[in-house]
Amino acid sequence: MMRFILPFVIFLVLSVFLYKGLGRDTREVPSPLVGKAAPAFVLPLLHEPGKVFSPKEMQGRVWLLNVWASWCGACKDEHPILMALSQQNIVPIIGLDYKDKAVDGEATLRKAGDPYSLVIADADGKVGFDYGVYGVPETYVIDKNGIIAYKLIGALTSQNLREKILPLVAELQAK
Amino acid sequence: MKYLLMLALLLPTLSFAGVAKDIADDPVMERRMMHLAEKVRCLVCQSEPVSNSHSDWSNDVRQIMREKMKAGATDQEILDLLVERFGKSVLFDPPVDKETMPLWSAPFILLLLGGAFLVYQLKKRKGMVVEAELSAQEQMRAATLLNDSPAAQAAPSKPSKDTQA
Amino acid sequence: MIPELGHFSLIVALCLAIVLGVLPILGAARNNRVFMGVARPLAYGQLVFVGVAFVTLANAFLSNDFSVLYVAQHSNSQLPAQYRFAAIWGGHEGSLLLWALLLSVWTAAVAAFSRHLPEEMVARVLGVMGLISVGFILFMLFTSSPFERLLPAAADGRDLNPLLQDPGLVIHPPMLYMGYVGFSVAYAFAISALLGGKLDATWARWSRTWTTVAWVFMTIGIALGSGWAYYELGWGGWWFWDPVENASFMPWLLGTALIHSLAVTEKRGAFKSWTVLLAIAAFSLSLLGTFLVRSGVLTSVHSFAADPKRGIFILSFLVLVIGASLLLFAWRAPKVGLGGKFDMLSRESLLLSNNVLLSVASASVFIGTLYPLFMDALGYGKLSVGPPYFEAVFVPLMMPMVFMMGLGPLARWKKMAVPDLASRVKWAFTSALVLALLLPLLMGRFLSLESNKWSPMIVLGLLMAFWIIATLVVGLRQRWSGQGAFMVRVRKQSLSYYGMQLAHLGVALFIIGVTLVKGYETERDVRMNVGDTVMAGGYEFRFNGVTETQGPNYVAGVGHVTVNKDGRLVGELTPEKRQYNVSGMPLTEAAIQTGVFRDLYVSLGEAIPESDGAWAVRVYIKPFIDWIWAGCLLMALGGILAVSDRRYRIHKKAGAAAVSGSQFTVDGSQPEGQAS
Repeated sequence: MMRFILPFVIFLVLSVFLYKGLGRDTREVPSPLVGKAAPAFVLPLLHEPGKVFSPKEMQGRVWLLNVWASWCGACKDEHPILMALSQQNIVPIIGLDYKDKAVDGEATLRKAGDPYSLVIADADGKVGFDYGVYGVPETYVIDKNGIIAYKLIGALTSQNLREKILPLVAELQAK
Repeated sequence: MKYLLMLALLLPTLSFAGVAKDIADDPVMERRMMHLAEKVRCLVCQSEPVSNSHSDWSNDVRQIMREKMKAGATDQEILDLLVERFGKSVLFDPPVDKETMPLWSAPFILLLLGGAFLVYQLKKRKGMVVEAELSAQEQMRAATLLNDSPAAQAAPSKPSKDTQA
Repeated sequence: MIPELGHFSLIVALCLAIVLGVLPILGAARNNRVFMGVARPLAYGQLVFVGVAFVTLANAFLSNDFSVLYVAQHSNSQLPAQYRFAAIWGGHEGSLLLWALLLSVWTAAVAAFSRHLPEEMVARVLGVMGLISVGFILFMLFTSSPFERLLPAAADGRDLNPLLQDPGLVIHPPMLYMGYVGFSVAYAFAISALLGGKLDATWARWSRTWTTVAWVFMTIGIALGSGWAYYELGWGGWWFWDPVENASFMPWLLGTALIHSLAVTEKRGAFKSWTVLLAIAAFSLSLLGTFLVRSGVLTSVHSFAADPKRGIFILSFLVLVIGASLLLFAWRAPKVGLGGKFDMLSRESLLLSNNVLLSVASASVFIGTLYPLFMDALGYGKLSVGPPYFEAVFVPLMMPMVFMMGLGPLARWKKMAVPDLASRVKWAFTSALVLALLLPLLMGRFLSLESNKWSPMIVLGLLMAFWIIATLVVGLRQRWSGQGAFMVRVRKQSLSYYGMQLAHLGVALFIIGVTLVKGYETERDVRMNVGDTVMAGGYEFRFNGVTETQGPNYVAGVGHVTVNKDGRLVGELTPEKRQYNVSGMPLTEAAIQTGVFRDLYVSLGEAIPESDGAWAVRVYIKPFIDWIWAGCLLMALGGILAVSDRRYRIHKKAGAAAVSGSQFTVDGSQPEGQAS
């Protein structure tokens, strides 16, 4: 007689899964790079194309890599947050101008203010690809040994900064 | 006006008509690339493969695939690279591994179970159903005479424990 | 005031549905004629009030009442009238109202066409359907009312998504929903049979008609959706294994299984509990589809804006409806009888094995669709399951299914000897195999391809299709040959027999379409200057430039492409690239010239910058693609033939059950008579 109750049991198990699935964010893709060394690159600076930057230079420091672009709407939302953060001088923020014309990128920063310690230009998006960027803005927290500790997809908000990123930065800096 | 339009449509055909060039430099490789792109999920879309998506990101991925193919990478190497960057969920065609074993084997296990269950049931029935010793023709005639449905007619011949609740 | 009237009308409908869900079922249990008698009037009443609500919303759309939030979100004053009407179901709230309306239509239809059924059966069926209505109307009133006001009213609406501004929207969702909701009738019959403890051949007979009608709607609905995607998305694909497509495909597969299993139950009174379970499962999958589309648990191009509150509501409803019916099943099914006898090899057993295959196919689609969710919930991380998986799994399941599909109609009811059956199909198989092996050698020339292409997959596909056709011919020959005038014998066969064969022929055409379009489609992705030509599959496409036109609510660049074959003009195609005024969204509108043996398909890419009017143009030759939809249409037509069979007509007389019973015996014996 057990087999007649079987459909019910299967359905019960299924509904537990459906319930668990309710709050799930289907768009979010966890980065496989978290816990791995930040991919190396050499890119020109946005403001001084003659100079280059490489992540090696940040060895020994905790830093944020913020991927943005002048054409990206959500970047404008997080811009004030970045400005405030840079004023607090807690952590260096390196901006990566992703698939952008240098003129447009510079114009944006001139108008809205420049929160970055340094801005690098990734005009063709190659470095962005290496970092697994698929939606701008994205923010990476990179530790003293050059390991990616965290990746935020989407805009920074005062909430995710307060609850996740700043505590993590403090923890990494203490190490 | 119509005449003008006709002329406008005709003129170029007279002057410099040519054979259209493929968008891709290498159509054969392009086909291979698109075929591979069908197996890659566009991460910024809802549920589309990179091959079908108009999004910027998919354009980029297709471009990367072209470059890697030109550099001599195999399909598998390209997929591996994408997984390394974006995680396993970029693959629409999940490889068979520990996590996807149930996924890939379920249809065939279910088929075996279903088949076995059906055979078992059919065998069991054969032993359990005791039917009146009537041939099909006789049954038919009886049914027509009694003006009764075969279900009702079959009922008395069933073992008692099978009667309806 | 009018939108409030709609809201109020929904509340009245809810009250009627509650009474409908309680009194008649109670009446049936206590044999109270008065309680049972209210079922019909209540069913009609519910239809009237849900109808009023629907008309109210339609009025708000047609009169551009942007003080209604839902209208402001999904319409615009520039939108052509037919799309303003169809926009009713262009979003979550309105499509739910469509669901509720169609459910009321089905309920009223059961009330109207069930004069010949026992009173308590009607009472229970209508009661169960009333309970389902309660769930949906409550859902609407609590979480998703389409009548909510927007104060102050918007000056104009946000416009309907351009992708939806298409005749497809007018007809595809109502058809599909008719199918989804139609399965509720089979479900209600199953539940009331379980409640009454009367699961017999007559029950199967009654539900069979309703199931087939729902299945016909669903078949047409899915085919329309697929055709819409084909010309609208601009990639020339016709099925994408998107979660929402799968959500309609799963109940369709189970519905197909149900129709076949009802046949066994009706003829032999056997496998009743399995049939009941299928009826419950088919409708449960319809409900689950609703949940998947509206709760945001899966990503899909089609999903509505997700809202966790809605998700919780539907999930609770799901658990209540499905859970309760499965418990009822577990309680009542063990007491169900075995039914008549049949052998290991018989038409019954073949039908049932097809049942197994269809159910496994449905389960595979289910597992593939939900696997990412399972993995995520178990903490294994994210992964995706897409078309490659479904294709890899589906084809191997199709093969035995099609094989049995050929055997089934040839096998005798009850008992069949293996050598007998084998000798019947020997020639069918051989000729199908020979044709399938040879035809690909000629296809290249026929389709003007550069070379003949012979691949195992093409042969396999053709073999399946020809096998169905060959066995069909064998079957018809057997039935039509013999003594007497040929036409008399042709007419003697039942409509449901022809319906079945027609539906099977539809499957064959479908397989031919899928196989050939996959095997032989040609694609060129080219950059075309004005006057340039491109050759594809023997056709020469000439690009004559792009002109601008003004649509009702968009501006379009219209490409002019003339097609020649062997120097003769085949036609002019005008693919469009539209830009919608309100949303500013671009849309590619492919131009297609359909034909029996091929479609010519042209879609515009982007204008090439810094050129003299050059465009990226994509050109496809799609051989036999329309056979896919023609096949679906034949399946639906087969279903219509089957239900219009004289023997399944609804009898008005009180003693009709007995009368039809005798006719039904005659039918059941026909194959035996044939063989002897």
